[in-house]
Amino acid sequence: MNLQIAAQINSFLAAFVLLTAFAMLVQKRIYSLIHIFAWQGLLLSINTAIVGYVANKHHLYISSIMTLSLKVFVLPYILHVLVVRLKIRKEVETLVNIPMTMLIGLALVIFSYHLMAPVSELSHLITKSTLAIALATVLIGLLMMITRKHAVTQIIGFLAMENGLFFAATSATYGMPLVVELGVALDVLIAAFIFGIFFFHIHTTFDSLDVEQMAKLKEGD
Amino acid sequence: MMLGRLVTELLQVALLVGAAPLFVGWVRMLKCWTQGRTSASLLQPYRDLAKLFSKDVVLAENASWIFRFTPYLVFGTTIIAGAVVPMLTINLPLAPIADVIVLVGLFAIARFFTALAGMDIGTAFGGMGSSREMMVASLAEPAMLMAIFTVSLANKSTSLSHIAEVMYSGQSLLKPSLAFAFIAFILITLAETGRIPVDNPSTHLELTMLHEAMVLEYSGRHLALIEWAGMMKLFLFMALGSALFFPWGIAISDGPLEIAGAGIIILAKLAASGIVLVVIETGLAKMRLFRLTEFLGSAFLMATLGMLSFFILE
Amino acid sequence: MKVVMIFSPGEIASASILLLMVFALLAGLLGRSQGVLIVFFSLVATLASALTTAAGVMTVWRGTSEQFVLLIGLPDLPFHLRLDPLAGFFLTVIGLLSVFVSIYSAGYLKGFAGQRPVTRLVVFYCLFLAGMFMVVLADDALFFLISWEVMAAASYFLVMFEDERAENRRAALLYLVVAHVGAIAILLSFGVMAGLATGFESFSGYTFDAMRQATFPVAGATAAFLLAFFGFAAKAGMVPLHVWLPEAHPVAPSNISALMSGVMLKTAIYGIIRITFDLLRVFPWWWGAIVLFLGIVSAVMGILYAVMEKDLKRLLAYSSVENIGIILVGIGLSMVFSSFKLPVLAALAMTAALYHVLNHAMFKGLLFMGAGAVLHATHERNMEHMGGLIHRMPWTAALFLVGCVSISALPPFNGFVSEWLLFQAFLLSPSLPSPLMKLFMPLAAALLALTAALAAATFVKAFGVSFLGQWRGQRQHTVHEADWSMRSGMILAAAACLFLGVFPTVLIDWMDIVPEQLVGGRLSMSATASGWLWLTPVASERASYSGILVFIAAIVVYGLVYIVLHVKPGRIHRGPVWDCGFERLTSRMQYNATSFAMPLRRVFGFVVNIKESVTLVPQSAHAAFPKRLQYHLRIRDHVWNVLYTPIAGASFWLARKVGRLQQGRIQSYLIYSFLTILVLLFLTVL
Repeated sequence: MNLQIAAQINSFLAAFVLLTAFAMLVQKRIYSLIHIFAWQGLLLSINTAIVGYVANKHHLYISSIMTLSLKVFVLPYILHVLVVRLKIRKEVETLVNIPMTMLIGLALVIFSYHLMAPVSELSHLITKSTLAIALATVLIGLLMMITRKHAVTQIIGFLAMENGLFFAATSATYGMPLVVELGVALDVLIAAFIFGIFFFHIHTTFDSLDVEQMAKLKEGD
Repeated sequence: MMLGRLVTELLQVALLVGAAPLFVGWVRMLKCWTQGRTSASLLQPYRDLAKLFSKDVVLAENASWIFRFTPYLVFGTTIIAGAVVPMLTINLPLAPIADVIVLVGLFAIARFFTALAGMDIGTAFGGMGSSREMMVASLAEPAMLMAIFTVSLANKSTSLSHIAEVMYSGQSLLKPSLAFAFIAFILITLAETGRIPVDNPSTHLELTMLHEAMVLEYSGRHLALIEWAGMMKLFLFMALGSALFFPWGIAISDGPLEIAGAGIIILAKLAASGIVLVVIETGLAKMRLFRLTEFLGSAFLMATLGMLSFFILE
Repeated sequence: MKVVMIFSPGEIASASILLLMVFALLAGLLGRSQGVLIVFFSLVATLASALTTAAGVMTVWRGTSEQFVLLIGLPDLPFHLRLDPLAGFFLTVIGLLSVFVSIYSAGYLKGFAGQRPVTRLVVFYCLFLAGMFMVVLADDALFFLISWEVMAAASYFLVMFEDERAENRRAALLYLVVAHVGAIAILLSFGVMAGLATGFESFSGYTFDAMRQATFPVAGATAAFLLAFFGFAAKAGMVPLHVWLPEAHPVAPSNISALMSGVMLKTAIYGIIRITFDLLRVFPWWWGAIVLFLGIVSAVMGILYAVMEKDLKRLLAYSSVENIGIILVGIGLSMVFSSFKLPVLAALAMTAALYHVLNHAMFKGLLFMGAGAVLHATHERNMEHMGGLIHRMPWTAALFLVGCVSISALPPFNGFVSEWLLFQAFLLSPSLPSPLMKLFMPLAAALLALTAALAAATFVKAFGVSFLGQWRGQRQHTVHEADWSMRSGMILAAAACLFLGVFPTVLIDWMDIVPEQLVGGRLSMSATASGWLWLTPVASERASYSGILVFIAAIVVYGLVYIVLHVKPGRIHRGPVWDCGFERLTSRMQYNATSFAMPLRRVFGFVVNIKESVTLVPQSAHAAFPKRLQYHLRIRDHVWNVLYTPIAGASFWLARKVGRLQQGRIQSYLIYSFLTILVLLFLTVL
């Protein structure tokens, strides 16, 4: 596989990661949301493997396999179980209407391109052009956490942000040291478990997972 | 040389006019199969058209010349559009009269007059159809332009023949921008040709009609022309998608054998695109009118992402 | 033609201005017999406009400039005139539409016969035309501003023509206020430029020549540009300074509306081009970005208001806001390209903008004339009370339709050519060096596409509701076709629309000198490289369009289809409208202007200030059978609340504060003067 083709595949995957980020941003149904999240994980894992092959860094294979197992199978499964246990049926509610969210998302992409253009100039890796996409994925994940009311979707937004960071690490420096990545992966896993436990508690306390309910926690008035 | 090209041009128009009902028959047949029904013959659309042509025309008392002129205009404009899109060869002598933006303009003029014809009689349905059609068009147009923008970025041209030529040379293979533009193009095609989930071509339920509501008052040969033009438009959008994104098979030289081969290949491509269309239509439900902002918004999003990824990634 | 050969274009133009002014003075003498006055007026105005058009066409064609110094004016400050290709182009635009409108006016003014004398209208019409011609010819700040004021004042009186209605007086006042705020900004801008050119000690900087020779510091130039842009944009009706336009244009007599919308707004465009490209010449790219951005906002907002409007003339007025926006987009794009030293692309964008100036003059003139014919026949401006006029007014309907098709940017008519050129200019924006601009340009282009599609919706509505369907109002028996003079004015304008759409290469060859002198790039080398049939703005493999062949192909194909189908004659039956078995269809059950716009109101309503309410008046028997249902809809500009109401409030507040100074005692006024003198003396000591 020559570098040219690897770079093209890398761009293609980056484009699809961005696409999945937008798909999560506008998706209303919670099951589809989880599926898209799994797809994003798969794209990341393939991308990591390819970068590992091109850059000849074998620890990237391990992190690729880890991404595959964690983000494509384990986390979606946990989320799925959560959704089933908590009996979340209705469509995800958004605070801002969807066309507006899309436009904000587009603006974020342009912003991150503007921000990353000078950085990419300095880099000489084949993956340099995907930096802007990675940053955009992080920002869109954050935007998703802001525009959604439901706690589970906020978690997915958080995980999508983490995906963006992981993608940024792969494309900026051909991945972080293995130790760091293992640590981050563990963190994410534990975070997901803790979130799950919290959700059960929130659910039993408020009888809802709508985060607006938490405004009740405020004292006084 | 020029004469040969003109003959090819005429052949192509003949192919469009002749094969469009066949394509629609194919789509209907596939649809019946996927829904577990027995289908009518592949040639049923021809029979429908023949029946309509042999019938007398019934006009409403207050129909003006606009109402009578529109079917000819719509049919003729679609034929002109068909002379521009490369199907058999990229050396079409009439291709330079219109680039892809003019092509959009040609479809717009057909739509403009159809909407006027819908309002001509003064029934509530006609006006409703016109009003909705113009709304859908105004949402689809920015997405369409953005998709064109992306394709022209990648190919440095808006001329259809030239785009096909550049695609042929393989410079534009594996470009994410074109992939996005293609997805956007599919969504826009569904909206422009009035397919599910935007419009249901086989409905006559008042509240869900868009295109059908506008042409509700037509009969006889006028209706036949409108229907035929609708079929040609569907055919043309498929051919346009093939010219913009998958031009392989369209003849580059003027040899008669190559052109014959191109004819077979384009029919094969259309058959395949029919399958895709039916899969989409069977998998989706008709959307409420005001959900269309989201649908066409996603088309715009796709096209814009294509444009952005061109600048960011390529 | 001989006359044209003997005299220079500048002399011809000046002579026709003089002719208009003399006629304005003499019109009072002819006022006794209104019929004679109208005929004479129409002849003189047509002649003067035709001569000016000829002068403009000649100037652009030859590509020459001539300058005059008039010996009238203030002592030591003579008036300067200059007829260069840019001025020649705008003279052509203004002159050509004035020819059509002057012919039309002969029939239109007869409609006032027996109601009111038209002498005042005739006088100010001539002054108005003369003012517009002078603005374009002026070559110094003083003469420019005087002409500008002549034009503004004359149009104020024209808007006020039917002054017995409070609505008209209010609209005219609003117009006058905005025009003068704009004029002050322009005056200040000239002041800045003159001061920077020659210093404040001498007055010699007031000529445009002096400004051309000066090199301006960036800060000073920016101040001058922003002031001038504000002033001219107020006159052009750019959002958010557009509020006067939909008030003033509809209430003026329709021939005046045609001139105001068609060409008066263009004098402001002329001002922007003249100051930016000719006087200041060098500018940073963000000036262009501002113009482009505000242009896009105007285009989108203008057309959104237009599509929701139910008053035919207000709809047209809002559509002018949109078209001014499109022109500004072209100018802004040209400025951006030009500041990044891309002269050919700048020329392309400039050509698109100028072409749209000409096109908009033609089709908007035509549409306002058509609306005038409708108003003349039905005494209605509200589309909700029209319908089916195509049967009573076949000529007007067909001509209005040409205008609608042209303005909706549909091939092969003229609106399409300029928008197509503009899209081509946008498609070349990736050659800009700034990465951020590259990403934003396509979005602007998408908004332009949205505008074009909404324009089509707007004019389907305008034509469909007023000319198609069934009559909705009363008084149908009085509806009649327009007379021949009105028809010929409209026919000429419609022919111009078709000509400009079908022969763009001829026009671009002709006007190529204008962008060349302004931005240093030429288009005609590439645009007509493949022969006059093909318009290829950059290169033939990049994009091409042939209006004439689209037109011929359309005629041939429609004809063939028609002939093939009529070989065997089929019969046509006429029958009543299918009523779904309801049997009691009335004409009020048609889709009307409000309901047509409803889907768009739902989708884009958030940018517009909409108040909608439905009240049920229940019948006593049962709530399920209401007696009546009342629907109220009010659409207003957001701009009023956001911008104008606070400003109005603040100025009233300030006026009240200042009002305290007024005591009514002569002593206190003397104290004010005394104190002022003391302060001034003190300042001189410093």
